Amino acid sequence: MEPHTGLVAMHMSDGIVNAPISVLFALIAVLGLAFCVSRARRDLDDRTAPMAGLVAAFVFAVQMLNFPVLPGVSGHLLGGALCAILVGPYVGALCVSIVLLLQALLFADGGLSALGTNITNMALIGTFVGYGVAVAMRRIATRSRGGLLLTAFVAAWVNTVVASLGFVLEYALGGQGLALGTVFGLMTGFHALIGIGEGIITALTVGAVAAARPDLVHLTRTSSPSLQIKTTGVRS
Amino acid sequence: MKRLPLAFYAGCLLVALLLAGVVSYAASGSPDGLDAVTQTGCELDEAGEPVGGTCIAQNAGEHATAASPLADYTVGGAEGTTGVAGVVGVLVTLAVAGGLFWVLRRRSSPSGTPSRVE
Repeated sequence: MEPHTGLVAMHMSDGIVNAPISVLFALIAVLGLAFCVSRARRDLDDRTAPMAGLVAAFVFAVQMLNFPVLPGVSGHLLGGALCAILVGPYVGALCVSIVLLLQALLFADGGLSALGTNITNMALIGTFVGYGVAVAMRRIATRSRGGLLLTAFVAAWVNTVVASLGFVLEYALGGQGLALGTVFGLMTGFHALIGIGEGIITALTVGAVAAARPDLVHLTRTSSPSLQIKTTGVRS
Repeated sequence: MKRLPLAFYAGCLLVALLLAGVVSYAASGSPDGLDAVTQTGCELDEAGEPVGGTCIAQNAGEHATAASPLADYTVGGAEGTTGVAGVVGVLVTLAVAGGLFWVLRRRSSPSGTPSRVE
C-alpha cells in the first residue's frame, strides 16, 4: 500500500462525501447513464462508433496531462464538452464515464464509492451543460473556423466550472472539514482558471478534427438539413 | 458501405499514445484544483498525506484498488513507468469504449442509410 504521490489522484476519493449522498449520486449516475445508453445508438454508426472509442482513449490520455494554473495548483482536462462536440452528448457522457470507471478500477484514481459523484459532475453535468452551450452557439460555430474554435472554448470553460459546482453541491449535502463558502470560492476560482486550459485543449482538438474530417464533428454535422429530417423521422 | 477513415483513426490513436506515453512525463505534479481544495487547511507530509490541521482530505479512505498493478499511473509502483501505464490505459479505454460503441451502433445498409434492424 503505497501512499499517493504527485501526479496521480485527480478525482474525488472515497469518504470525501458521506455514504448516503454517495449512494444518492450513484443512483443519479446510473439513471443518467441508462438514459444515455438508450439515446446513444442514434449517434453511433460504422464511422462514428470507432471515432467515439478513440475520443474516449484521447480523453484518458489528456487527463494525465496536468498543467499548472497557480503555484502549487494544477488542472487537467475533464473532457465533457470535447466529447459532446465530437460525438454528441449521449455518447460523449458514456466516453467520459468509461474513462472515470477505468481510472477508478485500474489506476486507483477516484474512489469506487465516489464514482457516482465523479460521473455526475464530469460525465453528466459537464457534458450536457457544455453541449447546451455549444448548441446555443451553433450558428457561430458553423459560420467560420474561428467561430467553431470560440464555441469549443466557451463550451469547455463552462463545462469545467459547472462540473466544479457539482462538487460544491455534493459537499454541501454530505461533506465536512472546510467552510462551504471557502469550498465554493476555491473550487470555482481554481476551475475558472483550469477552464481556460480545458477551453484551449478543446478548441485545438475540435479544430484539428474539423480540419481533417469535418464529417466527424457531431455539433456541426447535425446542423445539416438532411440529418435534421432524419432525426425528426426517428422521433416521430 | 462507405470506406472507413482508417488513416484518420490511426492518426488519432497515435496522438493519444504519444500524449499518454511520452508527454505525460512533463505533466505537473501539483495537486489539481479539486485536491488543492480538499487539502486546504492541512499540513501535508512528503507523500501528500494530511498530517495536521483540519481539511476535507482527512475524510478520504485508502483507495479500494490501491493494490492494482497500475495504481497511481505506474506499473507496479515503479518510478518512471507513467508512460507505460498511460499507453496501457489508452489501449484498454479504446478497447472497452470502442467495443461498447461498436455493439450499440446502428447497422448500416449498403446505401449508407440506417436500416430498420432489431
